[in-house]
Amino acid sequence: MTTLPAKTEKKLGLVIDLDTCVGCHACVISCKGWNTENYGAPLSDQNAYGADNYGTFLNRVHSFEVQPEGDAAAQLIHFPKSCLHCEDAPCVTVCPTGASYKRVEDGIVLVNESNCIGCGLCAWACPYGARELDQAEGVMKKCTLCVDRIYNENLPEEDRQPACVRTCPAGARHFGDLGDENSDVSKLVAERGGMDLMPEQGTKPVNKYLPPRPKDEMPEFDVLAPFLQPVAEEPKGFLGWLDKTLEKL
Amino acid sequence: MHPAPSVIFFTTFSGLGFGLLFFLGLGFPAVTGWTAFAFFAIAYVMAVGGLMASTFHLGRPERAIKAFTQWRSSWLSREAWCAVGALVLMGLYGLGLVFFDARWTAFGILGALLSMATVFTTSMIYTQLKTIPRWNMKLTPLKFMSLSLAGGALLAGQVDAALVLLVIGGLVQIYTWVEGDKALASSGTDVASATGLGGIGTVRAFEPPHTGTNYLLREFVHVIGRKHSQKLRVIALGLMTIVPVILLALPFSHIVGVLAIASHIAGVLTARWLFFAEAEHVVGLYYGKR
Repeated sequence: MTTLPAKTEKKLGLVIDLDTCVGCHACVISCKGWNTENYGAPLSDQNAYGADNYGTFLNRVHSFEVQPEGDAAAQLIHFPKSCLHCEDAPCVTVCPTGASYKRVEDGIVLVNESNCIGCGLCAWACPYGARELDQAEGVMKKCTLCVDRIYNENLPEEDRQPACVRTCPAGARHFGDLGDENSDVSKLVAERGGMDLMPEQGTKPVNKYLPPRPKDEMPEFDVLAPFLQPVAEEPKGFLGWLDKTLEKL
Repeated sequence: MHPAPSVIFFTTFSGLGFGLLFFLGLGFPAVTGWTAFAFFAIAYVMAVGGLMASTFHLGRPERAIKAFTQWRSSWLSREAWCAVGALVLMGLYGLGLVFFDARWTAFGILGALLSMATVFTTSMIYTQLKTIPRWNMKLTPLKFMSLSLAGGALLAGQVDAALVLLVIGGLVQIYTWVEGDKALASSGTDVASATGLGGIGTVRAFEPPHTGTNYLLREFVHVIGRKHSQKLRVIALGLMTIVPVILLALPFSHIVGVLAIASHIAGVLTARWLFFAEAEHVVGLYYGKR
């Protein structure tokens, strides 16, 4: 049933540190690598080796430039974006077939691909662009929070986290239960002022973003300044006499 | 939004078909026998043809039957139920009129109500989307229903009703454009709220995540169509409302009636194309587009 659960036992999700992300796209590649050969239909590419190539990805890294007020230097912020596993997920309630659902046990939003008719309405309803209709399979694909890794007892324990988190070389991605106040991720969110994307859309995202830390202030100061002679506004001495003489000619 | 032909045809023709069924169900015109057959055939070709067209944009049309399961939460599922209910009841009502010269009024009235309910549920599929501020307003169902009734009256040959409804439909359409132009700005969603970075300064999309295109850009970001939107609005309104009203004001003949219908359909198709092409999905903000 595509009504949302009133409450989920856990709120599994990601915390993404915008201060730390270096924009390497390793999470994009590891996500595609894992998810194309595991849960559900593969993530297809169209014209993969042609000029007009595109394909299905569950995670994409944008880059934004932010220009602070005044003449402070602009900042470049890399911005990974995937499903936020919203508490009030609008993608779930619009689904006409019941293919989209939010799990009661952990809050993960999933698609039962054998029920999906590929109408695309859930992607229309998602403000974050987290869902993409696979062009080869005709069904909706989205982040599963690597549901086939996090509970997978055949994997070594350190691998039981989403592929994007496991691979991030900068440590910018964190996975855990955001419903538990004492979890590492919840503490991190509290400490760093984790924020929601598009809160006005009323989706109540589970995933949180940690804002970039304030930049150090660069003092308006040049170490060589005391040693430099000020430039004379009016020429004096011989040059002053030459200047006046040449003016008169 | 990408103006997919299948969805434009679906909303336009199913709107007209169900609009005609509404008037037939209420007994305007009170036809029986083969005349009734002709009216019902036109209504069914439009309504069913529109519904069939809507399945063309599905990734997995063979599973379309599953869309009947989620009527508790999904407007798309409710639309499926209303459409089938309306078509079945109006089919029985038509059967009586055509073959038994009998008017089973209960079927007609219920069928008429379900026909309008179908148009309403269709419009709610678009209205419910907060992600598309231009659609997310009460005017959207009003526009779909007033245009469906105007087209239905025109097809049913109800000249007086059509004149009034065409003008109402046109006015609602103008008001929708005026309000729609302000919708994205007043929704409160912008690149600052999308990224949460507005507190630092002015946010600008610097680099997209990929060099090529993707499903999101092709489906949700359609900026080309907006170039001529003002001219197309004038054309749409002229064909949809002004030309049919002038034609209906002339002494009635079947040729004038057919011309008015053809003009109205062309106008609604243009307006419906704009409905999609002009709609800005907030996901475009992540790409520095709208």
